[in-house]
Amino acid sequence: MWASRMLRLEPRAQPSSVMRWLTPLLAVGITMIMGGLLFAAMGKNPFEAIKIIFLDPFFHETFGPYSRSQLLIKAGPLILIAIGLSIGFRANVWNIGAEGQFVMGAVTGGAVGLALYPADGVWVLPLMTIAGALGGMLWGLIPAILKIKFNANEILVSLMLVYVSYNFLAAMVTGPLKSPDGYGFPESRSFTGVESTHLPMIYEPLGMHAGVLVALVAVIAAYVMMERHLLGFQIKLTGQSPRAARFAGVNPSVIIAVCLGISGALAGMAGLFEVTGPAGKLTTNFPVGYGFTAIIVAFLGRLHPIGIVLAGLLMALTYIGGELAQLSLGIPAAAISVFQGMMLFFLLAVDVFVNYRLVWKVVK
Amino acid sequence: MDFSSLNPVALAVSLIVAATPILLAAVGELVVEKSGVLNLGVEGMMIIGAIAGFAVSVDSASPWLGLLAAMLAGAGLALIFGFLTQVLLSNQVATGLALTLFGLGLAALLGQSYTGMKPPSSPRLDIPVLSDLPVLGELLFRHDFMVYGSIALVFGVWYFLNRSRAGLVLRAVGENHDAAHSLGYNVVLIRMGAIAFGGACAGLGGAYLSLIRVPQWSEGMTAGAGWIALAIVVFASWKPWRLILGAYLFGGVTILQLNLQALGIGISAAYLSMTPYLITIIVLVIMSADRRRASMNAPASLGKIFHASH
Amino acid sequence: MNFTKTLAAATALALTLGGTAIAQTKAGFIYVGPVGDLGWSYEHDQGRLAVEEAFGDKVETTYVESVPEGADAARVMTQMALGGADIIFTTSFGYMDQTLEVAAKFPNVRFEHATGYKRSDNVSTYSARFYEGRHVIGLIAGRMTETNTVGYIASFPIPEVVRGINAAYLAAKSVNPDVEFKVIWVYTWFDPGKEADAANALIEQGADVIMQHTDSPAAMTIAEEKGIMAFGQASDMMQFGPNARLSSIIDNWGPYYVARVQAVMDGTWESMDTWDGIAPGMVEIGAFSDRIPADVRAEAQAAADAIAAGTLHPFTGPINKQDGSVWLADGEIADDGTLAGLNFYVEGIEGELPK
Repeated sequence: MWASRMLRLEPRAQPSSVMRWLTPLLAVGITMIMGGLLFAAMGKNPFEAIKIIFLDPFFHETFGPYSRSQLLIKAGPLILIAIGLSIGFRANVWNIGAEGQFVMGAVTGGAVGLALYPADGVWVLPLMTIAGALGGMLWGLIPAILKIKFNANEILVSLMLVYVSYNFLAAMVTGPLKSPDGYGFPESRSFTGVESTHLPMIYEPLGMHAGVLVALVAVIAAYVMMERHLLGFQIKLTGQSPRAARFAGVNPSVIIAVCLGISGALAGMAGLFEVTGPAGKLTTNFPVGYGFTAIIVAFLGRLHPIGIVLAGLLMALTYIGGELAQLSLGIPAAAISVFQGMMLFFLLAVDVFVNYRLVWKVVK
Repeated sequence: MDFSSLNPVALAVSLIVAATPILLAAVGELVVEKSGVLNLGVEGMMIIGAIAGFAVSVDSASPWLGLLAAMLAGAGLALIFGFLTQVLLSNQVATGLALTLFGLGLAALLGQSYTGMKPPSSPRLDIPVLSDLPVLGELLFRHDFMVYGSIALVFGVWYFLNRSRAGLVLRAVGENHDAAHSLGYNVVLIRMGAIAFGGACAGLGGAYLSLIRVPQWSEGMTAGAGWIALAIVVFASWKPWRLILGAYLFGGVTILQLNLQALGIGISAAYLSMTPYLITIIVLVIMSADRRRASMNAPASLGKIFHASH
Repeated sequence: MNFTKTLAAATALALTLGGTAIAQTKAGFIYVGPVGDLGWSYEHDQGRLAVEEAFGDKVETTYVESVPEGADAARVMTQMALGGADIIFTTSFGYMDQTLEVAAKFPNVRFEHATGYKRSDNVSTYSARFYEGRHVIGLIAGRMTETNTVGYIASFPIPEVVRGINAAYLAAKSVNPDVEFKVIWVYTWFDPGKEADAANALIEQGADVIMQHTDSPAAMTIAEEKGIMAFGQASDMMQFGPNARLSSIIDNWGPYYVARVQAVMDGTWESMDTWDGIAPGMVEIGAFSDRIPADVRAEAQAAADAIAAGTLHPFTGPINKQDGSVWLADGEIADDGTLAGLNFYVEGIEGELPK
């Protein structure tokens, strides 16, 4: 009742396109102010800290050129996974376990590469990529099948499978996939050490490796599928109104399987690209939570392909800027996560103005 | 293999200790979900409770004040989630994940000066005669008070949801928020209350970790317990009493897994460590397979955004 | 007059500032955990503070904590090198390939990688012979256990951890032929809840002394609560178990870090492999608890002294492998190469080493 006496949110007739562009800027602005206060409270120069986090990765004389090249490397997997997740989220299929599909893709794709070691040839990496996508897809289809056959909640099943995948990874790198030349340490052979399994760098100054390229292709493909293809229409319809979708002849089981299959495959590929590129090998520590962060990226990008690209880059920026802030100002890592959390809150909070307007209204 | 050295009573006692933080957080999340809200930020609220409870206990030398602070801190963090999702209508899944990130960071920041300290010890139940009974004494009457507290809480929540009018309203809100709204109930306010309660319970669960189970403060010490709590709510198909079964089963598998290793059983530890999660999935499947029953218990409005249009 | 004086002072100040800026050596540290973990990363940060203490204004240290192994580590190292670091300590095994990769791009920056085995012209490796410490506490454990059962919380089945279990077991067995080791692998370096559960499980299985190769003090706290005995790991952990703690193995990186930064300052830094133990103080044995009888304390001290003096090696034959085959003949001493890759239990340890 209190909410109805003062300010009220009223639905807009149509989402505001001005607000769609303005709200993220507003959120980043608020984050800068609140983050500045946080850093000031810790006795750090707030202006310096904000400048380091948001501007130095682009413009700093010594750090800039390198940091710029790292943005895409960090954003690439986030975007690739988030694109897949966003398709499912549009249909109300909640895959929270992309992290597990990321791990399983890396393990299966990596296993193929290790089985072929030291095979030479340009076909090795594509084969590994296909295996990685399949591994991720099958892992994603487990919650899909359990949902279709037994009505089991996919949020929980996919999440539990993340922990299973972590343990499976540990079993693999201490067992069958352990490097024979690694003195018994729990890690595979290096993929980057062999030409045929090394993810090629396409344009170094931008950090554009083959995986980033695939992510961009996925962005375009997702856009086309969601906007121009019948399947995209059916997915969106299922999300907006399951009843209407059923009347239109959409089979909900197919949608569930497609959504989890696609997002699993993309996450699996992202995992494979991570181990054949930046991480270099399978270890128990190579998953650093991209699968979870990508969920946030998907929502920050409002489940829209272009938005996801921008959101992925923004997340990557705060990681890289946050490291620079640790390095040059001694701001602890914990403060950086608080800062990131605040930014996410503000971004999510201001989103409301896209679909609603704020009005004064006196209620009788 | 010599299984005789597995002492069932001792096993049961440790599984209860391992299960209690999860149970506390899960019972709170159950109320939240019954009101139609999905808060995935349990991990964040638990760890905030862990540090708040620890810090206040150390500073005041009173575990009671610490537990109170943990509840307040968990509820406070939960209200950020509540404000975002209920008033500003943000997506619950994304907001919950952001809450976890924020909570883990904030707890680490607040906890920097508390590493390496020892909390005051918490009182244990000690009933003359009963506590000294051979098996039953150890099994039933010698736990720390929070173990009994958690079971009492489950009973309280069961009573509230199934026997009280307020609980009926809360469930109605979770089933069909539009209908509840048109009957004149303030959906947002009721959900805010449930969210705050859920936060307080998660905070208490976190404090149980830092004050009783471990007991110490270290960064990231919840190590995924919040996610397990979420799983157990579904495992229990939103029935309070089944939470106990779920939490104790999960705690039991964890503890048994460690004990089997100590016995020298020849199965890879990595595979053994998967078992609690696999069993949760299997039970989840069995519980959900009966569509009629599962759909009766799952709140119909779970995770959906509510906005009163008039 | 006044003005010129001020100007002169300001110039002098500017000169000194400029001067120190040039003479200042920059040392960077990368930690895998938070500095507040009270274990591995905490002790490395203590080493960093020792460097600051030793050199004062002549050194500037920076650190980045909680850096995941893999791609993120390479980026942090590169940024440190770009930021003008003269020497960078990368303090986790999983940073190995990234350290070499980044070092190749910055030939003028010296890198120090902890616990790895790959070196190059500007990459040194260093590690501690923790197994020497394990021998000493193994002796104490063998003497102190009344149930003849020692519990061991192990992280990952890597040579480092396997060495520790073997060294502790052999030492315990040498003074107590009936001793038995129960090992639990928790597959984590740091998870206080799980470590506490593992400690409880070991206690239920009859262990009255607990050793650990994980980073949190949880097991010590549990030992204190249950009234049994335990050893500090990585740091002393006295505050967590005033009664339970018998002794501890402390990682002391300070002297090594100071020496290496000094070498950079003197221009004498060279790539090398350091594997130091008790003698140079990289592995420290924490004070013995009064709970240990005087003769056992003397025995343990003598062992530590003998190891430091080089007259005792924890892996001296005859030692058989778990399957009964001969590993070391009578009097034979294990070579560092074998120890570096140790992947089997010695005879007498029950249970299977996870593969």
